[in-house]
Amino acid sequence: MSVLVYLVPIALLLGLSGLVAFLWSLRSGQYDDLEGAGWRILDDGDV
Amino acid sequence: MTTVLDLAAPMRSTPAAAGTVARDWTAFAATDASGVCRMEFALEGITCAACMTEIEQALRPLAGVETARVNLSNRRLALAWRPDAISPDTVLARLAALGYPARPFDPALATGGSSAEQRRLLRAIGVAGFAVMNVMLLSISIWSGNVTDITPETRDFFHWVSALIAMPAVAYAGQPFFSSALSALRHGRVNMDVPISLGVLLAVGLSFVSTLTHGTEAYFDSALMLLFFLLTGRFLDENMRRRTAVEAETLAALRADTAIRLGADGSLADVPVSAIRPGERVLVRPGERVPVDGIVLTGASEIDVALVTGETLPEAVAPGAAVHAGTLNISGVLVVRVSAGAADTRLAEIERLLANAAAAKSATMRLADRVARAYAPVVHAVALSTFVGWTLAGTSWTEALVIAIAVLIITCPCALALAVPAVQVVTAGLLFRAGVLLNAGDAIERLAAVDTVVFDKTGTLTLPDADLAGALDPDAVLRAGDLAGASRHPLAAALYRASGIGAPLEDLREVPGCGVETSAGPGRRLGSPAFCGVAEADLAAFRDAHPGASVIAYAEEGRAPVLFAFAQRLRPGAAAVIAALRAEGIAVEILSGDTVAAVARTAADLGLDTFTGAADPAAKIARLAALKAQGRRVLMVGDGLNDAPALAAAHVSMAPASGASLAKVSADAVFLGEGLGAVPESLRLSRAALRAMRQNLAIALVYNLVAVPVAIAGHVTPLIAALAMSGSSLIVTVNALRLRLARRRGAVQGQHSPAGATPPGATEAAA
Repeated sequence: MSVLVYLVPIALLLGLSGLVAFLWSLRSGQYDDLEGAGWRILDDGDV
Repeated sequence: MTTVLDLAAPMRSTPAAAGTVARDWTAFAATDASGVCRMEFALEGITCAACMTEIEQALRPLAGVETARVNLSNRRLALAWRPDAISPDTVLARLAALGYPARPFDPALATGGSSAEQRRLLRAIGVAGFAVMNVMLLSISIWSGNVTDITPETRDFFHWVSALIAMPAVAYAGQPFFSSALSALRHGRVNMDVPISLGVLLAVGLSFVSTLTHGTEAYFDSALMLLFFLLTGRFLDENMRRRTAVEAETLAALRADTAIRLGADGSLADVPVSAIRPGERVLVRPGERVPVDGIVLTGASEIDVALVTGETLPEAVAPGAAVHAGTLNISGVLVVRVSAGAADTRLAEIERLLANAAAAKSATMRLADRVARAYAPVVHAVALSTFVGWTLAGTSWTEALVIAIAVLIITCPCALALAVPAVQVVTAGLLFRAGVLLNAGDAIERLAAVDTVVFDKTGTLTLPDADLAGALDPDAVLRAGDLAGASRHPLAAALYRASGIGAPLEDLREVPGCGVETSAGPGRRLGSPAFCGVAEADLAAFRDAHPGASVIAYAEEGRAPVLFAFAQRLRPGAAAVIAALRAEGIAVEILSGDTVAAVARTAADLGLDTFTGAADPAAKIARLAALKAQGRRVLMVGDGLNDAPALAAAHVSMAPASGASLAKVSADAVFLGEGLGAVPESLRLSRAALRAMRQNLAIALVYNLVAVPVAIAGHVTPLIAALAMSGSSLIVTVNALRLRLARRRGAVQGQHSPAGATPPGATEAAA
């Protein structure tokens, strides 16, 4: 079971990176317009 | 075609009002270090994603526009531009050409899309969600290991990892509850957050002790799951409140509350109302609302004070007279010196009454707080007696303490704390779709108890603008239409609307205080009856035929002059709404500041026999107090400044979106649309909501009745705690969502569709 000693921290790091990504998306205003965001992905002319 | 102000062009006789007024953009926008200006606009006419794409693609190629981004959720455009390269007027012209007129936000009032509280809660949800998922993985391993062959070392390792995740996460994500509980305790009160905080902290503390002592059980996952559920509920609650506030801001911006400042050098600038300081002079043109309270310096006019006093007949004003923000200038150009806050006695009186009424109202307690106040002492007493009981029975005090803490954890009111907010959020969403914006979440439970509805008359039962009520010669409406379209007088505007003529006349002369005339072709005049040469006897007879109506006349060479009567029209479906309310056994009455005769006429039209006329704000409050003394729960519906204290004093209150801003702030809910259908619809939805709240509280209670004996007996394990907590929370949430299904069935049957209520934006866009 000694494998857990490094597998658990790795799992936690992966989870933490998800949390950091969430906080970043929050900070960059990606939750400000939930209605519009769904339509923007269908818009080809944007780029 | 840049702004609404350009439509003022037909005013020709007064030089100060001629032409357009340049908007002072620096008063609206924020400029950053690199010289780029940023501001938000409220957009009219946005309905779908295609509008969003169209606007963005049209604006981005414009030179000088840095970013143009439409927010589809709240119908706003965020614009950043370089002021040396482009003027926002160009952008607005482009938008208007596309069919999306835009209005700037008053920077003092706009607060942006999401609040700091919303973002704080979202961060806390993120942290709690991360922690609960990881700790739950470890917990499940421990639970299954405990009944098989987990080694004590592995369990200890898992407990330590759980503790390291859970304790910082609880310290961060629990803050909204801890701070609320602390402030309640400091004021000597108990709210729902007190048992929640206690339960979470004890669960974490007990688990940490268990980890230190190599115990087999830890409740880290229960504490985190509790926080995660409750934070989600609180976030949805905050979202609902925020959505209402944002919608109200957009409505206010579309209403175009800007002021024209008259500089010392005679220059004119269009600025936001908040940029106007006391002592400055503002110009108010006919057909515009007075933006601020003040004293008339020059000019003479008639002022429509319906929004302030409820009276429908205009008041004449001359230099020295006081005018109020929100009143409508009808006939002449006025220069107004802005007075400081409480200079005006009438407004000061309204504000004093308002403060008293608001203070008196805070005494009514919310359902959830009433339950919390009864619940917390019982739970804590049960936990204490569990501890005492087990100690007396001979168990060691440490073991007795563990069992007592388990009681506190299992009774931690997760379902109870979600029971009311979950229903509030769902119902607020349904009301939002019916065109009702809630200012206060607890308005729902107060609406459900209503047995009496008191309506204001002017602007509430009637539409805010006067409409053509009668003409001596119906054909004359068509002949006078083009002349009427060129005037800014509100009655002329109503005549123009009624005529349905497309193009207003260009070349005409305005005679101040009398009307308009044209000399091209046959001499034609539109204005006061005397200006058009109407005989006194004809006028008297016409007035008798149209009591309470405002009259203007139209004269054409070679024909007899024609009189038109204008009256406040009842809102569409008003009679049906009142009949529906009375059919449900709700008493309905009218309480108005208008003359008794005018109120009596409206009451007769609607078949009501209880009404009060000529009521000032204090009299309105007195009437509401009298009804309260009879044990009635009153819903007050009013729109005027004079209604604001009554709206604050009533058990619950609603205001139409066309009302004065003070009335909308004082009311518990604001409804959109021309009809009054929102009133019975919100009563119906609220009653269904209150039923669901009671069911939820009963469910939470039953859960406790089952779980608490198990906890007192000392049989609670972390697995049981986790199952019981999430199970009861889910049942309560699903029961709240059931309201949505009921609503959908009602819509299919077509029985409860709100008469006249429209989705947000649809009506206001036209206003």
